[in-house]
Amino acid sequence: MAISEAEVRKVAHLARLAMTEDSVEAYTRNLSNILDLVAQMEAVDTDGVVPMAHPLDMTQRLREDVVTETNHREAYQAVAPETEDGLYLVPKVIE
Amino acid sequence: MEWETVIGLEIHAQLATKSKIFSGSSTAYGAEPNTQASLVDLGMPGVLPVLNKEAVHMAVKFGLAIDAHLAPRSVFARKNYFYPDLPKGYQISQYELPIVGIGHMDIELEDGSIKRIGVTRAHLEEDAGKSLHEDFQGQTGIDLNRAGTPLLEIVSEPDMRNAKEAVAYMKKLHALVRYLGVCDGNMQEGSFRCDANVSVRRPGQPFGTRAEIKNLNSFRFIERAINHEVERQIDIIESGGTVVQETRLYDPDRNETRSMRSKEDANDYRYFPDPDLLPVEITPEFIASVRATLPELPEAKKQRFITQYSLSTYDADMLTQSRDVADYFEAVAQGCGDAKLAANWVNGDLSAALNRTGIEIANAPVAADAFAGLLKRILDNTISGKIAKEVFDAMWNGEGDADSVIDKKGLKQITDTGAIEAMIDEIIAANPKQTEEYRAGKDKLFGFFVGAAMKASKGKANPEQVNAILKQKLAG
Repeated sequence: MAISEAEVRKVAHLARLAMTEDSVEAYTRNLSNILDLVAQMEAVDTDGVVPMAHPLDMTQRLREDVVTETNHREAYQAVAPETEDGLYLVPKVIE
Repeated sequence: MEWETVIGLEIHAQLATKSKIFSGSSTAYGAEPNTQASLVDLGMPGVLPVLNKEAVHMAVKFGLAIDAHLAPRSVFARKNYFYPDLPKGYQISQYELPIVGIGHMDIELEDGSIKRIGVTRAHLEEDAGKSLHEDFQGQTGIDLNRAGTPLLEIVSEPDMRNAKEAVAYMKKLHALVRYLGVCDGNMQEGSFRCDANVSVRRPGQPFGTRAEIKNLNSFRFIERAINHEVERQIDIIESGGTVVQETRLYDPDRNETRSMRSKEDANDYRYFPDPDLLPVEITPEFIASVRATLPELPEAKKQRFITQYSLSTYDADMLTQSRDVADYFEAVAQGCGDAKLAANWVNGDLSAALNRTGIEIANAPVAADAFAGLLKRILDNTISGKIAKEVFDAMWNGEGDADSVIDKKGLKQITDTGAIEAMIDEIIAANPKQTEEYRAGKDKLFGFFVGAAMKASKGKANPEQVNAILKQKLAG
């Protein structure tokens, strides 16, 4: 196995993904298979190859620094579960 | 046993663009909550970020100013973590390929020597929103106006060895970004924030475990926070404990740092290239066009002031702290034709008046040309330096330009030799005892006569003439 169950649990937690207990084994096996495939690819000599940052062989277009957006707070907040004084309200988070 | 402190700083400078880094929302400070948060800033599904050209321009400008390597190709990456003021669940930042590579800044130490501080990198990223934990029972309020504001994170090498060096570096950087016009430097509004990585070690040993102190938003706090943190770490080690790698928050009211959270492994952010953004290409032509907009930098300006205007290092240093002050000084110096006099007044009475009233020099009630007008009247002997202070105060209070104040208040200096002689004759006649004592050798009394003459003329008699005529008349 290229990845342990503990690692799968940790990654799931970091991504805030819920996993049922009986699916952990299957995820571990499937992810390990993927990583085994990656390990095979690692055998290829890539010296001098620039790592690919994007599949399109283009560069980023830039926009002019102009304010184009107007205030649509009411419309956007209409779909929020809870708001007050223009703020979105969420369950208390404090470190 | 001796300890050596090791400090590295991460400075977040908010770039002074009009719109956000990836959306067309305004970045203006102080708007009503969430009125400057568009669909892109809210992280709604289906939106795409489009990079702001000006943010790239400003990052390159900064890179040129610190002699840095500029990446011909840089890549945006996602830094993944969950927090409600980060709607997308990731911050768009740069990781492996930042736009600005290795550069440096020179700071001046207290003994006058110069120390070079390495800059590891500077990368573009977006700011998060603001969480308001008070005021809402059991809930947190989220304002996303700040989400997506462009930041340049400037990371230094661990080259600083005490809190004073850290402050000197931060001040230098603060002055630089303002000179360049890439950041307004407003620390109260959070436009310029600093995190400090602090560790201690025995000299010559490898680096110790570091703690990161978050959000130091004043020069005074950073010095105190670092000094406190150094003491805390030394206490732990000397009493047999070990320092843990963690993030600590400085509490200025109690002058202490306290643990915030264990710093997660950098890997836990699971950075990967953002598929929504293509690599950014910086061409030599683009760099050349940015270089053409570079202003004269503080150090170069200081040296020029010393040679061109024959100013002292101290004066030149004071006058180049900000571009506004430097520009004001130059306008006054050229307007009145006497740079040393201009420097004395700008660093003296003007600076004092600005400090007293809390007004920025750009908004000073006495503009540079009006100020030059005042100094000209000192230079052509219309008024003395002492009377000029009175005229300056009146000008500051909006009573008109130098000439009209001098005119209205009748402050014109008396230079008529005949009039001064007549006045001095009267003073001598009215003070026979003092005159006799002076002539008997009590030289100190000369000051008494000068004072009497200035008083009689309400300070308007030309001091040099008074001195000369008094000397001559008293000699008998």
